Amino acid sequence: MSNILVNAPKTAKRGEVVEIKALIMHPMETGFRPGPNGRIIPRNIIERFTATWNGAEIFAMEMSPAIAANPFVSFFARANESGTVVLRWTGDEGFAVEERVAIAVE
Amino acid sequence: MDRRHFLVGTAAVIVLPLAPASATQEAMAEAIRKVVGTATPTEGRVKLDVPPLVENGNTVPLTVTVESPMTASDYVKAIHVFNEKNPQPNVLSARLGPLNGKAVVGTRIKLGDSQRIVAIAETSDGKFWIAGADVIVTLAACLEEST
Amino acid sequence: MSARTLCLGLMLVFAASYAMAQVGGEKRRSGYQDMGEALQKMQDDDTANPGMLFVQLGGQLWAKPAGAENKSCADCHGAAANSMKGVATRYPAIPQGADRPVDLEGRINLCRTEHQKADRLPPENRDLLALEAYVAHQSRGMPIAPPYGPVLDAFRAQGEGIYRRRQGQLNLSCAICHDDNAGKKLAGIAIPEAHPTGYPIYRLEWQALGSLKRRLRNCLVGIRAEAWPLDAPEYVALELYLMERAKGLPLETPAVRP
Repeated sequence: MSNILVNAPKTAKRGEVVEIKALIMHPMETGFRPGPNGRIIPRNIIERFTATWNGAEIFAMEMSPAIAANPFVSFFARANESGTVVLRWTGDEGFAVEERVAIAVE
Repeated sequence: MDRRHFLVGTAAVIVLPLAPASATQEAMAEAIRKVVGTATPTEGRVKLDVPPLVENGNTVPLTVTVESPMTASDYVKAIHVFNEKNPQPNVLSARLGPLNGKAVVGTRIKLGDSQRIVAIAETSDGKFWIAGADVIVTLAACLEEST
Repeated sequence: MSARTLCLGLMLVFAASYAMAQVGGEKRRSGYQDMGEALQKMQDDDTANPGMLFVQLGGQLWAKPAGAENKSCADCHGAAANSMKGVATRYPAIPQGADRPVDLEGRINLCRTEHQKADRLPPENRDLLALEAYVAHQSRGMPIAPPYGPVLDAFRAQGEGIYRRRQGQLNLSCAICHDDNAGKKLAGIAIPEAHPTGYPIYRLEWQALGSLKRRLRNCLVGIRAEAWPLDAPEYVALELYLMERAKGLPLETPAVRP
């Protein structure tokens, strides 16, 4: 069970541009760091973050080893209709998690 | 080691090419070329928000904002960020569209050393826009045993 | 003037100057104030502060049964927002029936071994740090309020001795940097006053949450001294003194620090 914090408004006016922020616990091991035994610690990063609003993609980001550990992402979205925003993170070692937030648009 | 081996060894060292002066700047230029192709990005419209002096390179807050109405006919398609001194030149590539309302990407990045970072925005009309920022990375005192 | 009037008068003077010192003139600085604006913003925003991920994890662990007794923290303590409010401001403290103080991690481990009949969690264990962060977070904003007593005061005096003692190859004491030179720059960064106002902290250097003990070990490495073993009582004694030194400053857990 992955540890995720999402900041999104619960309600919005139609057409309003809202900010969505998401934070997830993940080591984002670059694959360039030597461990205590001198050997390189293998890469283990989140490669992709996507966001959809009622199924339509509103944002996607390819991450590299240059993204900091416990990655934080913020972006904006126009509130056109009430529904569910689905955030997805996928990456190395089969990492695939999802978080949903509901936004009511009046 | 006898004299012959020593002379051959010395000759080999002299013949070896010196490392290019800015190999990682070239890597960044190459990574940018992969995105923009033969086009020349225009300076402007892109704002890179990053602290000029950073207390620790492990977590550097970064926000890229691009001026754009973000309508169906005039919007930012993508934002790419590159660096010049990390082991590899790419930082992030974000895909946007009219549904964003505002062309902004905020995140936190790792910078291994003081260096220049570059942001490139691709707009729906196929043009590229560019901005750069220089960041000084300092390190806290008193670290772990392994560093 | 009678002795009584003099006594009352003196008390009024003390009260007035104490009040002035607290309200207008807090001269001590938390490490928060020595950070750049971007990092301060990171700490202030609960959905951008990476330490809050660990607080959230701690909240989940608080409710999870553990050990042979199959009890969760909540089974004895109920809602942490009530039962743990103010607790972290009063640590290290002496558990009932014990003869020496423990820090918050030690107290959590005591609960695990004595009441949950579970294993001790090792130092810097993620679950232990998450629980500690969750408990300390319930006191966020409250002033540090160390407890007193003859046994505690003796350990606190020992801690002050460690703080003032020169050690390591660089022959530095904590006081030389953090009292005499606080605010001055060391390799481009301001030397903080070293008040433990936000532990466990999310230190950017670690890219993880860590305890005061881990930070103190970094200090010892920094002055090229041999770090004391992980279970050494020196850490608790030093923390006792540092919390006294930071008395009255508000707790910030989970803090972000470079």
